[in-house]
Amino acid sequence: MSKRLRNILTPLIAVVLGIIVGTIIMLVSGYDPVAAYTALWNGAFGDVYYTGEVIRQVTPYILAGLAVAFAFRVGLFNIGVEGQFIVGWLAAVWVGVSFDLPKIIHLPLAIIAAMVAGGIWAFIPGLLKARFRVHEVIVTIMMNYIALHSVNYIINNKLNQGSSKTGMIHDSASLRSPWLQEITTHSTLHWGIIIAIIGCVFMWFLLEKTTRGFELRAVGFNQDAAHYAGMSVNKNIILSMVISGCFAGVAGAMEGLGTFGYMAVQGGFTGVGFNGIAVALLGGNTAIGVFFAALLFGALKIGALSMPLEAGVPKELVDIIIALIVFFVASSYIIRIVLDRFGKKEVK
Amino acid sequence: MEYVIEMLNIRKEFGNFVANDNITLQLKKGEIHALLGENGAGKTTLMNVLFGLYQPEQGEIRVKGKPVKISNPNIANDLGIGMVHQHFMLVDKFTVTENIILGKEITTGGRINLKKAEKEVRDISERYGLAVDPQAKISEISVGMQQRVEILKTLYRGAEILIFDEPTAVLTPQEIKELIQIMKTLIKEGKSIILITHKLREIMEVADRCTVIRKGKGIGTVNVSETNPNELANLMVGREVVFKTEKKEGIPKEDVLDVKDLVVKDARGIAVVNGLNLTVRAGEIVGIAGVDGNGQSEFIEAITGLRKAESGSIKLNDNELMGLTPRKITETGVGHIPQDRHKHGLVLNYPIAENMVLQTYYKKPFSKNGILNFKEIYSKAKKLIAEFDVRTPSEYALARALSGGNQQKAIIGREVDRNPDLLIAAQPTRGLDVGAIEFIHKRLIEQRDNGKAVLLVSFELDEIMNVSDRIAVIYEGRIVAVVNPKETTEQELGLLMAGSNRKEAGEGTHV
Ligand SMILES: Nc1ncnc2c1ncn2[C@@H]1O[C@H](COP(=O)(O)OP(=O)(O)OP(=O)(O)O)[C@@H](O)[C@H]1O
Ligand SMILES: [Mg+2]
Repeated sequence: MSKRLRNILTPLIAVVLGIIVGTIIMLVSGYDPVAAYTALWNGAFGDVYYTGEVIRQVTPYILAGLAVAFAFRVGLFNIGVEGQFIVGWLAAVWVGVSFDLPKIIHLPLAIIAAMVAGGIWAFIPGLLKARFRVHEVIVTIMMNYIALHSVNYIINNKLNQGSSKTGMIHDSASLRSPWLQEITTHSTLHWGIIIAIIGCVFMWFLLEKTTRGFELRAVGFNQDAAHYAGMSVNKNIILSMVISGCFAGVAGAMEGLGTFGYMAVQGGFTGVGFNGIAVALLGGNTAIGVFFAALLFGALKIGALSMPLEAGVPKELVDIIIALIVFFVASSYIIRIVLDRFGKKEVK
Repeated sequence: MEYVIEMLNIRKEFGNFVANDNITLQLKKGEIHALLGENGAGKTTLMNVLFGLYQPEQGEIRVKGKPVKISNPNIANDLGIGMVHQHFMLVDKFTVTENIILGKEITTGGRINLKKAEKEVRDISERYGLAVDPQAKISEISVGMQQRVEILKTLYRGAEILIFDEPTAVLTPQEIKELIQIMKTLIKEGKSIILITHKLREIMEVADRCTVIRKGKGIGTVNVSETNPNELANLMVGREVVFKTEKKEGIPKEDVLDVKDLVVKDARGIAVVNGLNLTVRAGEIVGIAGVDGNGQSEFIEAITGLRKAESGSIKLNDNELMGLTPRKITETGVGHIPQDRHKHGLVLNYPIAENMVLQTYYKKPFSKNGILNFKEIYSKAKKLIAEFDVRTPSEYALARALSGGNQQKAIIGREVDRNPDLLIAAQPTRGLDVGAIEFIHKRLIEQRDNGKAVLLVSFELDEIMNVSDRIAVIYEGRIVAVVNPKETTEQELGLLMAGSNRKEAGEGTHV
């Protein structure tokens, strides 16, 4: 069995296994799995409205997934995507509400602000890792809390326009499109998906086609060999964290400039950053894989909203199924062994 | 005749590539059976089949006459087969005992009984003369000792048949002597051994029979007592092999490398290079002879910028190298064949082609404006692979999939091709077959003849004596003598390496 085929089959089988175990759980707890899955499917693709919602949900998932995957390819575990996402969201909204500029300047400026904010947030753990070998997992987790509480403080004290929210961003900074909303019968779909797709292409191109990507991947595989070959390991570590943070920041901008148009005080973590970890894992840390994995997660998330009404299944069950899929992907080692056995038999 | 192991007509394929093509190997009880073949001939693959790591496409394995199917290493263990791999598989942070019992722990009431395990390990160690300290940490013992831990591991699991995959490639001459002794003890205790090695001398010394394979095909099995190294080499390569490399008298010119009062500390903060002085001239090969651990590695790492030097100076063509980054040093004209090919030499998960441009990827024609030009990279790789006879399924294969010796040839090709003013070759022929060694020596001499400086570090005195124009003996971080290979003997070198001074050593040879 070719490696490529195996890499594609492994997550697919994980998804199927997740659905099967989900079915068993539903049967055991007395729900109708057929009705539930029908509701899930219809809730995601049964109507253009829902499909619009799915795409809107997928957008930040793609970017958060890219953020995690990018760092991972360089051998770093960026748990801080959540925090970088939150500061990116705030930065985008801040620029969105504070300036009044032509769209051609205002929108890019807001996105760049989010990128810079996310990038700075990830630069700190990157620097600490490169300089003092402080483990990035610990620092990024701490940075998540700092992000959450600082952002809440700023919204409450600087940008508060009543009910713990910022004001609405100016239209000139918005990603929303009346046309997109119209063709999806008034879903919240916005132009962000284009940016997410550009993000995928960018990551693929940077890692696979450029000399910089050659270095980044080399550092990810073998730091000693990279050092021997004259690459600066520390520089590449910091750079990969910064780029990862930029992706996360842009993910935040999608919420700020597209979905919501404002930012509210966050009661806790949004979960987007953490879902990014699962998306990256399911997508095998490649750009294309992240794209499809995000699509799955987005569809599950939106489709699940219909499950309580249509099939009487609590939507928590969908979270359980998502968790099961992640579980099976994480144990993909087992799936891989089974596939190898299977592949051997075929040859004979 | 009783065979403990019979591998009959084994065939193993990787995709379209046939690594083992109808190979037969029969191991008698109580013999040391050598397995000889060029780099990439398929020796490791064949042994991995026996050890259950690979499944053969065809063929039969019999243990004590009974056909068996070895689908994983646990089954191999149960059948009494143990393997000491080319690259060790030990947990650095564990003690010797912990490593040995891993997966086969002795427990009392659910808890590991370390006392009992230690005693058992000590007993086995004494019985076979291994002299291993069961309480030592793996990270704190020498490579030779680590290898013994691997041997102990197989014995602890009750191995009757031991496979050694190039055990001597990583050992110093002294350690090799001891290992040979250990193998003889093992045989006396009723074990049987399959030994992979490229060193014909070792085969002549310990093996009873030798099976030769060439490019995946079995050539035959010979009794060692009825053959000689020349015949073995010819069988393996399929042509005549010269052992002593021919070379003209060198014409050394100006100093290329000039090292003065160099002090380098190791990871523990001890000055292992301690006031070293050495010059290497254009058009000469300087060989560094010394017992492992006298500062050789740190010396090289300091020149190449991989380790910070404390004080002194390293000049290359009058440019100070100290304090420069590895990239700058490479660009100044230093090539480096590193001692540890897996740690430094290769990115194992990169295709072999991309490893060929590991230091030059950012230069034209391999890239332009930061964009890689894969066409150029792959055509360059193709050329180097052909020129240096790197046996690989293709230039797209991951470096990981190449045999140990071919990985080494790839690195050498890359470094020689860059044509550096100073080429540092650390153990360049470690793990290479005799044909490849001959070829590499020729290339080093060719570099010299083209007016380049070559610094050779090797534990093989043969190699040092054969290839060098001058031999610098390193002892406790200093060059204690510089001798002419034509006017010295292995004995004299041996004494110098052990720390006796020039005069004593010279006298020693006359006795
Ligand atoms: N996992 C693999 N996938 C593809 N090809 C492989 C794999 N393992 C080995 N090969 C190929 O099979 C051939 C035989 O390799 P093997 O490691 O058995 O050689 P060897 O005789 O042990 O050589 P050496 O003396 O250099 O260690 C090589 O050409 C190698 O490239
Ligand atoms: Mg081998």
